[in-house]
Amino acid sequence: MLHVDIKKHLPGFTLDVQFFVENNIAVLFGPSGCGKTTTLRCIAGLIKPDAGEIINNGKTLFSSETQTFVPVNHRRVSYMFQEYALFPHLNVKKNIWYGVKRHDQTAENLYAQLLDLLHIEHLTGRFTDKLSGGEKQRVALARALMAEPEILLLDEPLSALDEDTRCQLQIELKRIQQLWKIPFVLVTHDRNEAKALGDKVIFLE
Amino acid sequence: MTEWQPVILSIKVAFMSLILVSISGISLAYWLRNRDFAGKAVLEAVLIMPLVLPPVVTGFLLLLLIGKQGPVGQVLNNVFYTQIIFTPYAAMLAGAVVAFPLMYQSAKAAFQGVNSTLEDAARTLGANEWRVFWTVTIPLAWPGLVAGLVLSFSRALGEFGATIMVAGNIPGKTQTLPLAIYFAAEANDLTLAGFYVLIISGITFSAIYGLNTWARSHNRAWPDKGLF
Repeated sequence: MLHVDIKKHLPGFTLDVQFFVENNIAVLFGPSGCGKTTTLRCIAGLIKPDAGEIINNGKTLFSSETQTFVPVNHRRVSYMFQEYALFPHLNVKKNIWYGVKRHDQTAENLYAQLLDLLHIEHLTGRFTDKLSGGEKQRVALARALMAEPEILLLDEPLSALDEDTRCQLQIELKRIQQLWKIPFVLVTHDRNEAKALGDKVIFLE
Repeated sequence: MTEWQPVILSIKVAFMSLILVSISGISLAYWLRNRDFAGKAVLEAVLIMPLVLPPVVTGFLLLLLIGKQGPVGQVLNNVFYTQIIFTPYAAMLAGAVVAFPLMYQSAKAAFQGVNSTLEDAARTLGANEWRVFWTVTIPLAWPGLVAGLVLSFSRALGEFGATIMVAGNIPGKTQTLPLAIYFAAEANDLTLAGFYVLIISGITFSAIYGLNTWARSHNRAWPDKGLF
């Protein structure tokens, strides 16, 4: 279970957010500029909150009280960025393997499983500028899960996609979450998407 | 009889300067990239000075530093019992100092062009800063860095003013190609001067042409573009 209780001073207002996520999908929902992405960046460890704590499965990732701040590369928190942030100088296969620590049979199996689940076997040799939006999204998801994260953060994962692709990926996201059984924290400004995906919806104002 | 010594010395000087400025220019540009402190603007202005100062002025300042009575010269003399003034090392130093701003500026622009979200993505995938630098930042900044390397190599190869101030013109010892061209022309030996001119033009042309061709075929970060 992921527990988040943080305060962060931003220009113009103070972000103050508390929530917890079981091993399911929590959606952070609210208008642009309300601090959704900042919350994700705090959980990932890319920025430091001013106060509060972030605890995942009993492991403290951040606590202002005990001065704990686990660095981003030790958190095992994968982050799917809004524009996917795929590496343009690497092909799809190398992108997906980037976060793998040990290149062993388990990793090979996971790789094969992800290619199959996300239907991206045919893309592995391509460079990312030759992919469509939906394909980029699937590759980014595969890359995030290959790193064997304990939490997956998704920033507006479906906003850049057309209606059909979006519906299909919503179903796949839910299915993958049920298979992986780790907390997914997803940010959206789309009410329907929040309803469709969230086991729990947290409003930010 | 053609003297090859200036050609060999110039190539050595240019490569040594290249090594010095690539390490110092790239690491300084990377280090200063995300830092803000009082005096940063002053520091950057000082770093760029050799680009805008007449080379002979840069050479004069270097002479004050590494001359026998200069602070660096005295340390070299008292601690290492050596001098670099009027040696090939002084020519390398002069080449490096005048080429440094070109490397620094190119590296700075190249690093600014790297999308920091990609570096954040690498961090969230478990990469430490060292791995982020070598596997994301450098490959994405590569075209700009290579442009800087070619510019500084060519600049160091062609250096005249600062070189003659600190290395002098000792034939067979510190005479580089540009100095050899000047003194051959002054002595009215236009054949020799013309020969050196052809060589130095050939080297710089090949460096730029070769890199442009290579960049067009290997460049994924900035496809379809040459460097110059």
